[in-house]
Amino acid sequence: MATSAELKETIQSALPGASVEVESPDDVHFTARVVSDRFAGMSRVQQHQLVMGLFDGRLGGEIHALSLKTETP
Amino acid sequence: MSEQTSNPIRDAISQAIEQNRVILFMKGTPDQPMCGFSARTAAALQSLDTPFAAVDILPDPRIRQELSALSNWPTIPQLFVDGELVGGADIVAEMYESGELAQALGVEQPDEAPAAAPAGADPAPAPLGIENRLS
Repeated sequence: MATSAELKETIQSALPGASVEVESPDDVHFTARVVSDRFAGMSRVQQHQLVMGLFDGRLGGEIHALSLKTETP
Repeated sequence: MSEQTSNPIRDAISQAIEQNRVILFMKGTPDQPMCGFSARTAAALQSLDTPFAAVDILPDPRIRQELSALSNWPTIPQLFVDGELVGGADIVAEMYESGELAQALGVEQPDEAPAAAPAGADPAPAPLGIENRLS
């Protein structure tokens, strides 16, 4: 079972210095807001691909949905 | 995964993306979406009064596998415009609200009477090539 805290930690360790908020009503559907300077120069699709790639193989499975909002500081 | 010789499903998906300027891969159909994310994304397109092709990925799990492998995008829905992945439900919603989606599609953002019947917004029929190959 995934948890918001675990998702947040995974994102934060992959994107040091990022501001990450993760919420979930049920530990299956997640909403994350990630602000990172690593996103600079990337398209929105690339930004989302970067974050979703951290959960390779789990999205669509135990993480049914990860709703994302990515921004640069 | 390792076979690059013959992959009819992936080829059919690539072709569908090439041949349809606006194409949405979703769960269910625009008229009968099977997932809230797919429903919202299809509704955004419909409200822009632009024709789009829609592919239901549910009939065969291989469609989704091959699509995600091709697009490097793990979830459904996925919207492609002019052969390029525009994004999933979140990005399409953001772009719809900001007017970027209308811009990308080359249509007018409906700024009034959004509740009016979206005449002519019927989606184009799904590219049957994909479904035919799987039946």
